[in-house]
Amino acid sequence: MHCEHCQQHEATIHLTQMIDGQSRELHLCEDCAEASGLNVQGVMSIPEILFGMGTPGEAGSDEGKSSGKSCPQCHMRGCDFKKTGRLGCPSCYETFSAELGPLLAAMHKGGRHTGKVPESRCQGLEKEARLAQFQKQLQEAIRTEHYEEAARLRDQIREAGHDPQ
Amino acid sequence: MILNDLIHNPGAWLASGPNGGGDSLSGIIVSSRIRLARNLEGVAFPGWAGEDECTRIHARVAGILHSLPSLTPCLELELETLSPIDREFLRERHLISNDLAQKSRGSGVVIRQDEVLSVMVNEEDHLRLQALRPGFQLPELWAEISALDTELEQSLRYAFSPDLGYLTACPTNVGTGLRASVMIHAPGLRLINEIEPIIKGLTKIGLAVRGLQGEGTEASGNMYQISNQTTLGETEPVIIERLIQIVGEVAHHEANARTRLIEHREATVADYVGRAYGVLSHARVLTSQEALDMLSALRLGCELGMITGLDRDSVNRLTLFSLPGHLQKSEGRAIPPDERDQARARMIREIVSRATVK
Ligand SMILES: [Zn+2]
Ligand SMILES: [Zn+2]
Repeated sequence: MHCEHCQQHEATIHLTQMIDGQSRELHLCEDCAEASGLNVQGVMSIPEILFGMGTPGEAGSDEGKSSGKSCPQCHMRGCDFKKTGRLGCPSCYETFSAELGPLLAAMHKGGRHTGKVPESRCQGLEKEARLAQFQKQLQEAIRTEHYEEAARLRDQIREAGHDPQ
Repeated sequence: MILNDLIHNPGAWLASGPNGGGDSLSGIIVSSRIRLARNLEGVAFPGWAGEDECTRIHARVAGILHSLPSLTPCLELELETLSPIDREFLRERHLISNDLAQKSRGSGVVIRQDEVLSVMVNEEDHLRLQALRPGFQLPELWAEISALDTELEQSLRYAFSPDLGYLTACPTNVGTGLRASVMIHAPGLRLINEIEPIIKGLTKIGLAVRGLQGEGTEASGNMYQISNQTTLGETEPVIIERLIQIVGEVAHHEANARTRLIEHREATVADYVGRAYGVLSHARVLTSQEALDMLSALRLGCELGMITGLDRDSVNRLTLFSLPGHLQKSEGRAIPPDERDQARARMIREIVSRATVK
């Protein structure tokens, strides 16, 4: 089959594009696919990589164990994600973290966010970090029998609205 | 402010303005844009939420956007109320995406009067913030859009994870949620047949290259949008800085291509520009594709001093207003395609025939 764009090279890339709910087959050579900005390893194939290791089940049938997991918040299932390539809600990132983690790391420049943080979370983060520090110091104080120090730390943790452990 | 007021403006991405990056790059770098994807905590993404929930989200978010100092004065539009021509018009001005143009109830857009800042509501994500300016202005745009984002987060709680950053409907946007892009006009590279390898190279180093109207469109009028593909694992300034550096290199290639063409193949360039002038000043029927390509050649002619009596801003205006949405909007009615091609040719002919080619 020839590439439907240049009509010259052999079409090696076959995609199904969804436009207005209508699916359309695209047959392109590698050059044309790249030139048109189609990221062959990108969006289209993520769900395939994630959940498409086996043969996809018939539409409407049981999708099998690997896709059976569903998000407790929005009830999206792996097989739903496979169809749309879009997650259902922010909690889906946690639900499907095992599947998404390695993929995100490969797709992006590393798997951890290093950019902007909302101001409200900034303070939250610092507070959490400080609390974790207090809890650690408290355990250490108890272990080394520094009870006065431990009492002081307990007060500080309670002041921050948490229970000392 | 109403939608029809926009027609009197040149559109933020083609407005005349500082084309940063030094004189040699002036005109090659057409416009810069940054988009940020943001979502609300604990709420399903628009594609999964259903129309009723989208409508509730839209009402809540639009109220907040409306009162933000950064966005005042603004135009607030609901997709449901927009005609196909209005949608096309906004899409051509890069104020809504191809995706949003397909939406209906529960989606909308809020546009600051100068069209530099805008926010799409319930596109693929709950919020898509956009900053758009002519020329090479990415650091300025980052400052502006980040300020808008910070203002917005005072009233909304974003879906955010310390590990993964801003959570988005598509995993390709997670992290910073940032998509920076620069539109370049590269007829020189096309004439010396170097544009294809450059696009290939850019794709290989992880950048996306798209046409005039964004995703999945062909490069028409020799316009190419270059943007980052990865959003997680690097800070916003690092992503932006790399794009600036690479786009700067591509623009220098284009400038060199033009110099080489003038030095060694002046007849080729003069013929390319002259033919476009001939067609644009005499054609009675012009498709929008043909108009875009010919106006690109004319733009090159202006920049190389081969055309007198016509400046780049006028060519930009013709380019924008020869697009179907703008053409129909300026005529104030829906026009069938064949009649449209005649109206387009007439509009362009009137302006271009006043110019002369050297
Ligand atoms: Zn091909
Ligand atoms: Zn979910």
